[in-house]
Amino acid sequence: MAGVGSACLAVALLTAAYAAGASLYGARTGRREWVTSGRRAIYCIAGLCVLAFGLLEAAFLRSDFSFALVAEGSSTSTPTFYKVTALWATQDGSLLLWATLLSLFASTVLFLTRRSLRDIAPYATAVLGVIAGFFLLLMVGWENPFDTLANPPVEGAGLNPLLRHPAMMIHPPMLYTGYVGFSVPFAFAIGALVTRHTGADWIRATRRFALIAWIFLGTGIMLGALWSYTELGWGGYWAWDPVENASLMPWLVGTAFLHSIMVQEKRGMLKIWNVSLICATFTLALLGTFLVRSGILDSIHAFGASTIGVQFLVFIGLVIALSATLIISRLPHLRSEAKLDSLLSREAFFLLNNLVLVGLCLVIMWGTFFPLISEAITGTEASVGPPWFDRLVTPLALVLVLLTAIGPMLSWRRFTPAALWRVAWVPVTVAGVTLVALLTLTDAADSPASLAMFCLVALVLAAVGQELWRGTVARRTMTGEAWPRALARLTGRNRRRYGGFLVHAGIAVLFLGVAASSAFVQQRDVRARPGDTFSVDGYQVTYRKATAKLGGDRSGTGAPISLGAVLDVRGKGKHFVMRPSRNYYATTDPSLGAISRFFEGEATSEVDVRWGLRRDLWMAIRPDIGSLQGPIRVADRKFANSSTDVQAFIIAALADRYRRDPPPAAFRAIASPLVLWIWIGGGIVVLGALVAAWPSPEARLRRVRSLYSARLGQELSRA
Amino acid sequence: MDPSRKRKLRLVVALTAAVLLATALIYTSFSASTEASKPSQLKPGRSYELTGEVVKGSISHRGDQLRFRVRDRDGTASVPVSYTGVVPDPFREGREVIVSGELERGTFVAERDSLVTKCPSKFTKDKQSS
Amino acid sequence: MEYALALLVLVAVVAVVLSLPLRRRGVAERREEARVAELEAAKEAKYREIRDAELDHQMGKLSREDWRAVDSDLRGEAIEILRQLDRLEGRLPEGGGMDR
Repeated sequence: MAGVGSACLAVALLTAAYAAGASLYGARTGRREWVTSGRRAIYCIAGLCVLAFGLLEAAFLRSDFSFALVAEGSSTSTPTFYKVTALWATQDGSLLLWATLLSLFASTVLFLTRRSLRDIAPYATAVLGVIAGFFLLLMVGWENPFDTLANPPVEGAGLNPLLRHPAMMIHPPMLYTGYVGFSVPFAFAIGALVTRHTGADWIRATRRFALIAWIFLGTGIMLGALWSYTELGWGGYWAWDPVENASLMPWLVGTAFLHSIMVQEKRGMLKIWNVSLICATFTLALLGTFLVRSGILDSIHAFGASTIGVQFLVFIGLVIALSATLIISRLPHLRSEAKLDSLLSREAFFLLNNLVLVGLCLVIMWGTFFPLISEAITGTEASVGPPWFDRLVTPLALVLVLLTAIGPMLSWRRFTPAALWRVAWVPVTVAGVTLVALLTLTDAADSPASLAMFCLVALVLAAVGQELWRGTVARRTMTGEAWPRALARLTGRNRRRYGGFLVHAGIAVLFLGVAASSAFVQQRDVRARPGDTFSVDGYQVTYRKATAKLGGDRSGTGAPISLGAVLDVRGKGKHFVMRPSRNYYATTDPSLGAISRFFEGEATSEVDVRWGLRRDLWMAIRPDIGSLQGPIRVADRKFANSSTDVQAFIIAALADRYRRDPPPAAFRAIASPLVLWIWIGGGIVVLGALVAAWPSPEARLRRVRSLYSARLGQELSRA
Repeated sequence: MDPSRKRKLRLVVALTAAVLLATALIYTSFSASTEASKPSQLKPGRSYELTGEVVKGSISHRGDQLRFRVRDRDGTASVPVSYTGVVPDPFREGREVIVSGELERGTFVAERDSLVTKCPSKFTKDKQSS
Repeated sequence: MEYALALLVLVAVVAVVLSLPLRRRGVAERREEARVAELEAAKEAKYREIRDAELDHQMGKLSREDWRAVDSDLRGEAIEILRQLDRLEGRLPEGGGMDR
């Protein structure tokens, strides 16, 4: 089966080359049949990639260790759920996932636009073909996921336990879908530049895909944060790690793009800016993929030196060179059709928001690549830590949230300060009341940045609420509909506007969670014996007893041993039980003894989180297995050649020994206020973006109806 | 104001903002950065971000304190490290770690919670070994 | 062996799929169709803008005078699009109506 998979990739590579060639030839000579054939070629690549993906997935599911990738990243003891995800936890597999998602996304777009954008689409097809070809070339040339082993091992190495988390199942595909999604507007932008048709057509055709890509990328980032919070055992959700930053940068520039294309659609302005933004977004998406693989920057996720770093750099260089050359050579065609009427207009504030978003991206980029920059300038490798990021990003984030509030209040083209005040006085009052309430009722003043953020969040929520309220009132006075119906119809008829407002509200809620949890988190690190009590943020935590479980840890990750604790928590009028634990996974390292290999392999914290709207209580344990070292050494010698049943019995005895007489364990307890709202806000953002992306059925119906009524009129007049 | 002067003014404002941001970036990053160093390059009296490999058989616990030796990735020079705080899950002998701190009387005293361990198995390409 | 066989089969299948449109000749495509689709899209966008401005006015964000000015601009642009559409669809003779 591995041969079939390799053949799929080889044929897909040839087809990608053909797709680019045929579309370009068809576009140059005006022979539509070649363009159609080129488009079909993209569909074929999608088919071939899906076939290859299916074959590899099947190999993972049946644990076929003759596949090098399966032997490396999976094992028979890996739960089925995680066998599926193990495919994209490997370098080669993740490349295949990239190519598959890209070809599927590209096929969908080309299918939907097959009757429109006749001039631009062939070039877009060629660009998409080249991008798909690059990833296929990487696999065919250097990182073939279908490499086989001459002597397949009996058991595989298993999926890295850290990746055994539900969020990790969906996080990479989400992120990749976001990355590949941005290649679609990029491809059409290149097509628009080549054909000099730089109007808003390409934007109208691909806006929705950019938005969908943005949703996926954002969801991926949120899931990554969730994974970090609940699996990594340090208690945070964001650490300014290069790999995290790499996913945030294209998202920020993509956000700027989604805003500024509205200005081009409506006013024909910012054309150069828009094509530059989308080229930058796509380049950053490639850069993100590259960073994860190259190992050039130190990161928790450092993936070791890779063989394909150079190829990625060359491709990124080509993309930048092509984009820059095209933009510069087409400058005369990218002139604005209109001028900014006034600095007091929505478009002017969109420009401002763009500058802030791009500024944020530049700051993060500088910090991420600082080790390389400083090595180039001073000769020594130095790095900046999270405090540096916090210091620079916080003011920019505050400005951004302020703009999030102001933007929805403005009208296009122009408005007067008096009109702004008519709209703004309610939200400003709400923000003021919030400020006073926080100052008098809470100790929020301890962190001025957080206090400012809370007020701005109130401003955004009030502004968005007022928009909905006034719109509903206006509609009701016009149509006399009931409240809920008026609200639903208002949103339905202006999906983009109100979907966007909802996104703004979600972002505000997200920042509420970030500001509260980063400034007012309480953390305790303690060592405790059973019976000991410690307190964190008003909770009394009592270590009741130790637990030891064999095979069957709480989250079903297939860990052979799981040592943990039962904790009684009292406080804030509640009483509940928490069960943090630590999973131990066996290693195949032959230098370790038969028994110690079960204790000395990978271990992961199974954090227990008591989620709450007001605050989370987060608990991790690190049992001390030092007292078991002696008995383990002895068992290693005695039972080295015993049957697995006997060894399992010994391990059970050792675990039981820990349970009965546990040495003090290290606990980390974190009380994080409002942290859940980060993900609630993220959910609202996704919901709002879906509303904005949903095609409006009314518009389609209206078009059909008007066509029929026109025909009716014609035919009636003829009779 | 006529439009061309207005445009010029806007350009000046935008450029000033860009220059300010750039200056802030350069100034703050160079002043706030910590130098990365291998065990063989450590000098006492300043803080570093130490990178290297955890020496086999060097890990020991003393109360809350974790002690281990870190050696150069491509050499034999090593330095003892004393560390308190949360230990990342993948921390193990032979793993690559990054830890911030300062050299004091021959021991690298690490800042609390500053230990980062590189994730070993995702995307590594050492099929030939082990 | 397995690789070579799969390669042959897949190449054959892909070649057939790709060559089908090349054999189907003579579907002459009219440039106008594409242009009409573009104009339809532009018309939709312009209509949406007119409705947006009206909503802004109703909600008190645009003063009456501002809205009047914006609205008449937008309507002028929309009429221009409609005129081009009509010309393409042959409802008006070439050059008919008022040219800019």
